[in-house]
This record gives sequence, C-alpha cells and structure tokens, in this order.
Amino acid sequence: MRPLLSIQDLSKSFVLHNVGRTVTGCSHISFDIMPGEFVGITGRSGSGKSTILRCIYRTNLPESGSIVYDSAAFGTIDLCTCDERRVLYLRKNEIGYVSQFLDALPRQSAYDIVLKSALETFGVEEAEHAREQTEAMLRHFNIDENHWELFPRTFSGGEKLRLNIAAAMIKRPRLLLLDEPTASLDNASKLKVRELIEQLKGQGTTMLGIFHDLEFMEGLCDKEFNMQKGMMA
Amino acid sequence: MTDMEQARRVEADVDSCDPCLSVSHLSLRFGAGCPSCMAPDAALERNVCPVCGTVHAVRDVSFDVYPGEIVGIVGESGSGKSSLMKCIYFDQDASEGDVRALPFDGGAGNILDLSSQHKRRVRNTVFGMVYQNPYLGLRMDFSSLSNIAEQMIASGERRVDAMCERGYELLGEVNIPARRAKDAPALFSGGMQQRVQIAKALSNNPPILLLDEVTTGLDLSVQASVLDLILRIRRDYGVGMVVVSHDLGVIRMLADRTLVMLDGRVVERGLTDQILEDPQHPYTQQLVYSLI
Repeated sequence: MRPLLSIQDLSKSFVLHNVGRTVTGCSHISFDIMPGEFVGITGRSGSGKSTILRCIYRTNLPESGSIVYDSAAFGTIDLCTCDERRVLYLRKNEIGYVSQFLDALPRQSAYDIVLKSALETFGVEEAEHAREQTEAMLRHFNIDENHWELFPRTFSGGEKLRLNIAAAMIKRPRLLLLDEPTASLDNASKLKVRELIEQLKGQGTTMLGIFHDLEFMEGLCDKEFNMQKGMMA
Repeated sequence: MTDMEQARRVEADVDSCDPCLSVSHLSLRFGAGCPSCMAPDAALERNVCPVCGTVHAVRDVSFDVYPGEIVGIVGESGSGKSSLMKCIYFDQDASEGDVRALPFDGGAGNILDLSSQHKRRVRNTVFGMVYQNPYLGLRMDFSSLSNIAEQMIASGERRVDAMCERGYELLGEVNIPARRAKDAPALFSGGMQQRVQIAKALSNNPPILLLDEVTTGLDLSVQASVLDLILRIRRDYGVGMVVVSHDLGVIRMLADRTLVMLDGRVVERGLTDQILEDPQHPYTQQLVYSLI
C-alpha cells in the first residue's frame, strides 16, 4: 500500500530581511503516513511542529525536500512544487486544516460558516443535505441553537474553536491537519473533539495532529513523533 | 461515475480549463526609453531611468485569471497597480504586451491590437470595471438607472422596459433603495456611488471584473457590504476578477492568489495566505509587517 503522505527531508527556514536573520522552522524531516492512520506530533512550542503542517497546507513555502501526497484527483503530487491552483483544489476537496484560531470571514453567522464549508463539499444541488449535516455538526459540538444565527465574534474561545473544527470536519477531508485543536478547550469539549476524531478515523480519514497534552492522544495515535529544535527527536 | 472517472474529470478540469484573462509581458512606459533602461535587468531609480528619464510604470507583468478566481494585486501607491488595470481596460495604451480574454473570440488574439471599435465591444461585453474614483466610472448628473441603461445600450440592448427592470434589480442587489434609483449619483454618498458603479459594471453580466481599490475611502460597514457583494458575485456567477488594493485585509478576504508589485514589477506571487504568512521578498515582508 502506498503512503497517503510521504515527507522526505523537508526543511524550512524563514529569512527575515529586516533584521538580516534566518530562523529555522524545521529541518530534515522525513516520515510517512499510511491511509487511515492517525499520526501525532508532540514537542515544545517553537520546536517547528506547526511549520510542518503549514508546509503541507502550503501556507508556508517549503524550502527543500518533498511532500508527496497521493491525491484522489491528481494521483501522486508533490505539494512543495505543484501549482497553486492544484493546492487550492486540494484545500477545497481533499485536505482540511484546523488551527487554534477561527479563520472565517466576519459578518457570517456560525451556521453560515459551517454551511458554506458543507456546500463546498456537497455542492449547491445538495443544499438540503448540507443543511442537515450542518445542523447535526453544530449539535454534535454543543453549539447552542440560539447562537447559530450569531456572529462568532461574540463567542467564547472554546466555542470558536469548536465551530472551526466543525467547519473543517464537515467536509470529511481525506487528510485532516490538526494544529493543536484542543489547545484552549475544557475537558468536556476535548472529549467531544476526541469523539469526532475517533469517528473520522473509523470512517478512514487520515489525520496528522499536533498536540501538547499527551494524555489526550493516548490510545488514539498510530504513530507519534517528538520534535526538538526543528528536528525529529 | 467511478472514482477513476471522477479523478480524470477533475484532472481535466484543473488542467484544461483555460484562463479567462491572460496577460503576458505587459509594459507601460512614459518616455521613449533608451538602450540602458530597455535592457531586461536595467538598474532604475525606483521606476525612472537615470539616463533618459523615462518612467517605467509597468514592467513586464504576466499573470492569468481563471473563471471564478479572484487574483489580488497589492503594492504601495505608484507601484503600477492602477496603470496595469488601465492598460487591460484600454484606458491607457500599453507600450507592449499581450492580453487575451477567453470570452472574446475564444482568446484567439491580442486584444490590445484590436481596432477601437472592437475594443469598445470588449469593454462593454467582456469587462466590468470599477474605479476607485466613481467620477471615472459614472455620469454623475444622470440618474443611476440611466447610468446602468447607458452601459446596456452600449452592448446592444434597446428595450427600455428590460433595461429598467434590470436596473432596479441590480440597484436592489447593491442595496440602493428603489426610491433613489432615479436620483443622480452626484447626490449620493461615496459608498452609494461606489455601489452604483458596481451595479453598472455588472449590468452586462461581464465574465471578467476589474476592481481598482473599490473599498478605499469607504466606511467600515459599507466596505463590508461591498466585499460581501463581490464574494456573492463570484459565487453566483463564477466571474473571474482582478482586485487591486493596498489594503491587505481586503486582499486576504477576497483573493485566492496574489501578486505583489513594486516599482512597476511583480516581485512576488503566490497563494494569498502564503504571501501574508510567509512572505519571501524583502518588500513583501515590510508590507506585511506594517500591518497594524
């Protein structure tokens, strides 16, 4: 079986022209993720965990090495070098990204944020199905029905995060990147996230996640990596 | 449809889908140019030739826009953003370059070489242009409805009732109340003028929209509604757009891909989030770090 994602010798540093310095994000990272696996990365903050995820999502421009992804649409494709329109297609259809921060347009209700994401996946023809899924997802994450029509600006940090995860997970991406998805959640919400991750895993979603609370990942991860100073320990 | 078929279809979609607007090696000079500044890697003082004084407003800019895609262009004032737009829309004669628009003759020829009659047709049926300054895009003393009708007449519409109906529909779309439709834009606030301009630009359902600093100078709530409108147009009509702005917030919100211009040149291009989160060029870094 081919790995879904194969990272070879990935390095990324940031050249800061204004101060004339180069900061290392990560260096010489290599690992594979097989389809359906859940891989966890741990490590202290600043150890380069997020850089890897951002390179896969191409928010960061990888410097050297390769990130070969086995895409449903394009076959094997190197995410380091493929053209931007392919990256945009993959973001829309295959690769999801959940960060600690809600990255959504302002002036959209919580419901619309999740629905928009659902419509991208199910298509406008399936609007009714998308609505059902949206409602189910919002309920799953205990977002109060009275808050659905509100702007998430008024939400608490935990609510925003749950909304963010709901919008990413509703697309059932083939590869889901989780950048500390539980960082600011209380225990009940953490369990909700864990429940959904388990559910997605059951459905065969491949996931790569950054966590700093190890207990949370226990029993969930197929593989674990520890990062130190941009390298894999 | 099997997965394989689906895969091939998508592959074909992304690969064979032609850009609706394709700009190659576009340049705009003010002045004759001399051997020293016409060399490809000529050293200029910003964009002025130190030998002959020629101003190189746009230097060898190339990019593509695909249907349904928004391409952002950022850069400081004087970097050539608006000049570039003006060349594409024939407001300014480009010194050299090749621009092809898929909706016109299937992108067969360089539209910069067309006769003025054909250029007028391209302006009226292919492009919708929204200027930063509403005075450039509107006749201020004619009613808003007439402004829209004018654009529709230019593209061959002759039925008064159809134009009226479309006019009201579009003004409603941009939240101009029907009772103000017969007022002249001169009597409107800046935000309303800008929205009338957008309505006018949309009247012929152009497949390509050129938006030059559309939200600059508008207050925040109007700005928000204009941005929402632009996103809705993209979603509902699959229009390809070029959005020029010096406001990185606007670019972040709208653009899929972004070009960064400095002294007439494109110094960096990429996915918008990558440009903003991981800028490579010193100028882009300076621009992004200046964000408050």
